[in-house]
Formats: sequence, C-alpha cells, structure tokens
Amino acid sequence: MTWVWEHLGDIGGYAASHALLAGIPLVVGLALALPLGWLARRLPRVAPLIVGGSGLLYTIPSLALFILMPLVLGSKILDAINVYVAMTIYTVALLVRSVVDALGSVPESTALAATAMGYRRLGRALAVELPLAVPVLASGLRVAAVSNVSIVSVASLIGYPQLGYYLTDGYQRSFPLEIGVGIVGCVLLALVFDLAIRGAEWALTPWARAGSSGGSGRAPKEVAAT
Amino acid sequence: MIRFEGVTKRYAGAPGHAPSVAVDDLTLEAPTGQITVLVGPSGCGKTTTLRMVNRMITPTSGSIWLDGRDTAALDEAELRRGIGYVIQHAGLFPHRTVLDNVATVPRLLGWDTAKARRRAAEMLELVGLEAAYGGRYPSQLSGGQQQRVGVARALAADPPVMLMDEPFSAVDPVVREQLQDEFLRLQRELGKTILFVTHDIDEAIKLGDQVAVLRVGGRLAQLDTPARLLADPVDDFVADFVGRDRGYRALGFRGAPPLALRDEPTVRLGAGVGAARAATTDRWLLVLDDAGAPVGWVEPDRLTGPIGPEHLHRGGTVARVDASYRAVLDAALSAPSGRGVLVDESGRFAGTVTANRVVAAMSRPAGASQVDPAGGEDGAGTGADGIRETAGGDPAGTAT
Repeated sequence: MTWVWEHLGDIGGYAASHALLAGIPLVVGLALALPLGWLARRLPRVAPLIVGGSGLLYTIPSLALFILMPLVLGSKILDAINVYVAMTIYTVALLVRSVVDALGSVPESTALAATAMGYRRLGRALAVELPLAVPVLASGLRVAAVSNVSIVSVASLIGYPQLGYYLTDGYQRSFPLEIGVGIVGCVLLALVFDLAIRGAEWALTPWARAGSSGGSGRAPKEVAAT
Repeated sequence: MIRFEGVTKRYAGAPGHAPSVAVDDLTLEAPTGQITVLVGPSGCGKTTTLRMVNRMITPTSGSIWLDGRDTAALDEAELRRGIGYVIQHAGLFPHRTVLDNVATVPRLLGWDTAKARRRAAEMLELVGLEAAYGGRYPSQLSGGQQQRVGVARALAADPPVMLMDEPFSAVDPVVREQLQDEFLRLQRELGKTILFVTHDIDEAIKLGDQVAVLRVGGRLAQLDTPARLLADPVDDFVADFVGRDRGYRALGFRGAPPLALRDEPTVRLGAGVGAARAATTDRWLLVLDDAGAPVGWVEPDRLTGPIGPEHLHRGGTVARVDASYRAVLDAALSAPSGRGVLVDESGRFAGTVTANRVVAAMSRPAGASQVDPAGGEDGAGTGADGIRETAGGDPAGTAT
C-alpha cells in the first residue's frame, strides 16, 4: 500500500492524461456524429451507408489503429494526436447510431408542429429535435465514454503514458498491486465520466422530470357513429 | 380568404401499384372571417388538403391562394409563421414551458423574449388558462388543457388564417364540447379565417359556417351551410355520411320557438316532505336551488326526509328559453315528468313546456327557416338516439 502513497502524484498525472485522451475525443466525436446522424435521418438512401459504415470502424482492432495512425497522419509514433484521432474514430463509430436513434425518439407530431410553426430545417434541429434527443443521446454517450476509457489503456502498448501503463508495467514486473491500481483507476474514471454525463443530462432536461398530471381528456374511447 | 383552384395531390404508388389520388381537382373557397370545415371518412384527403395550404405538402397541380397571393410564390417558413396551426394531441414542445410554447411564433418572428412572453401570457388568459400554468411543462397538463395551449400558440402572432386538424378529437366528449363552445366564443371575438378538419360530422355541423364533405379519393361531394347539408344532401354518400336523425338534428338550426310556458310548482332543495307533498299532486316535482336554478326532479310520494341531492332525478336536460327547437324538444323529451325545463339567460327557472307544445309550434309556418320539420313528428325514438349521438365519433378516429 505504501507503493500507492509514494506514487500518488504519478497516478494522478496518469489519470488526468487518461481522462483527456478519453474525454476530448468524446466531445469531438459527438460534434462529428451529430451532423452525420442528422444527415442519415434526412437522407434515407445513404443512411445505411453512414450508419453501417461508421459502425464498421469500431471493428478495427485498437492496437492496429494506433499503429496505423502515424502512417495516415504522418505524425510521430509517440505523438498524442494518434491516440486522439483513433479515439475520435471509435467515438463516432459508436455515436452515429445513437444520434440516429435519439433524433428518431422525437415524437413525429412535435417535429411536424415545429415545421408548421415556421421553423426552418436547421432551426428545428437545434431548437426542437436536439433538446428532445438529449435523454437517448446521453445513454449512447455514456456507453461511448466507458468504451473510450477502456480502449485508451491499450495505448500504453505503444508507449503513450496513462493509467494503462500500470497494467503493462505491473504485468512485466509481476506486481499485482500495480495492476490493481490501473484497473481501479480505469473503473473510477469511467464512473466519473458516467456521473458527469448523467449530471449534464439532468441539467439539460428539467422537462423530463416534470411529473405527468394524467388528468382528464386523454385516450378517448371512440364511439361508433351511425 | 383561402382559395383552392383545381388542386390535385397524387402520390406515386409503390412499385407495381397505381399512383393514389389524395385530393382530386379541388376547387373551394374558405371565406374571410368564417369557419370552413372539411369533413369526410378516412382517406378522403382532408388533412392533405389542409397541409397543402401551409405547404407542408406540395400540390401535384393547381394553386392555392391566400388573400390574393399564390402560396407557391411565398417563402415556406414565412408563410407558415403567418398561419396559425393546431393539431390533434396539440403537438406541444415537451421541453418548453407552456409560456414558451405559446411564445414560439412571436420568437420566430424576431420579437424579444420579454415581449413574446407578455404576449404569450395574454394568449393563455384568452383561452381560459390561469397564469400559473405558464411555468409548467406540457406533460403536467391534462389533454384538454394542452389543447387550449395549442390554440393559444396558434393565435400568438395574431395570424389572419388558422388551420386546425382535428384539434378536439383526442379529448373526452365532455371536454370536447367545452372546448368547442369556447372556440366558437373566441371566433366570434377574433373573426379568423379558419379551415377546420374533422372526421366527426356532428362537430362539423356545430362549428362550421360552411361544411365541405369530401369523399374517399379526395373529391368534394358537397359544400354547403350545415342547415342545408342536413336538409338537402346532394347524394346517397352525403346523406349516409351526414347520418341518421337529420330532421331532428336540423332542428338545432331553428332558433327560439315562440312558446307559452307552463307554470310549474317548485320546491327548494332541503325542503321537508310536507312542503313537497303540499306543492303538487303530480308524481314529479321540480327542485330549485337557492339561486332559483333548476337542479332536478323528485317524487314527493317517495320522500322520507328533507330533499337532498341524493333524491334528485337528473335525467332531464335544461334549455334556455331562447334555445333552438332541438334543445327545447330535448328538454321536454328527457324530463321524467314530460315537462321540459327552461331557464332564462342567467340560469334561473323560467317555466316548463311539453313535447306536444313544441311539436305544435314547429308545425306552424316557420318564416325564414328552410328546414322541413316533417321529420320531427316521430321525435320520441329518434330524439333519444340523437342526444347520445352527439358524443359519438368516427370509428376510424385517425387523421387521413
């Protein structure tokens, strides 16, 4: 246990680096997935291409992608940009389908009413569809966040420092405590991401917490007229 | 004024199927300041017709004119901001408060937030919602309240034209009738040019200044006033669609029969058995509340103590003295005593009238009315049906 106390500073630094490597691609990936998902809903013909194609990206093994990045980007092998770009690709791969589902969760009548009120396409997407898509979007984002935290640890194999370092280093030194620190660190970080996204969702959806009055006037029984 | 000129909407069929016609060569005028109701069975193209006005749907051919301007030449979004739109289930934005829902179009028109909200608050008051509702979310409102907000939202930018797509069909019959009455009151105040879609012929007849009956395939079958529609359907389809009891329902458009009212012994709620038995020798005795409004009938012979609410027979309807033949006849037919209860404009008891008297009054020449009263002769049976029917709807209760 003293090992942990002695290395607390390092652990904190690695955790911060891990959080950035997982978190920044999450934000950038969301920013890319939103227009892609919106486009997929607007253009049903190319939707399978966008959704299927982006989903396929997720099947690329992470180690291969990390090693491939310098070839594609022309960057150095230890450059952080490799990890950021690779993680962004995974995030987009996970989130495009979430965005499509989230926009699809907006009630048809609400979208219709927005158009009838005089919203243009972009205005409707930003002012009506996006806010209503938040709950479904947030659950997709939570999956992507946890996935990112776990995939980033693989980057230690190419020598980029973050919590994954304790897994590889601990394994090489046959030092279980160090491996444990790596695992617990990753789990706690994933938990922090999850809570942060839940918090943001809570703040953005006061309307979803408003209880239903269930008063009169719903679900009428239609009576046959002669 | 909204004018349809030879408007057709055709949808390309699925591969191997013929294209379908939703609206077929429709020419129609919805006059300024009046309610024009489009009514017809599922698949008659009434909703398609409505949505072509604000270009949510583009006509295949023909043109639609709004106060002399061809809608095809206008910017879509600007056109829509100038037209109030109310749909079934209200279609409110769940993520916005009631006040911000109502402020939607003013905000789109570029009003600042404070002014738009002030306007929205006025609109809520106009449709009979307390200011406290403004801060709630739509899910916290009942269906009827949501529908009021839907109307307020459509009215907020004071558009001259309103499109209403089955706005009252998703609420229960009692609330629906209340909303309809308030809608008519509002329209008397505001005088909008309204195109109103419903599948419910009773609603069409109640609300419309003119009613357009559409048949499946989107052809106009008849365009007429409600009274004319009931009195003279052009063909079997319209006659069937308008439904039974046409003669009886047409009485709803014959106002205020000149009737001599009977004196009726009455008793106050809470009076004792003795007072009740002393008041009448008839089986039934009318009970009034302290304000003089009728509350129901009692049978003095069966009373065992002071008259309480639990003793009241409430089967009889009450009509105002200036109500239509239909309402007055209905009061007479529904009263257990056979004597219909009439009240003055403040709701106080005015007198009673029997069905015979009403029918006799009907048989006298009726001046301006075009309705042939012959159908009222066998009124008893059909009358009862007619009353129940007002709460009815189309079994296919969905928009087309």
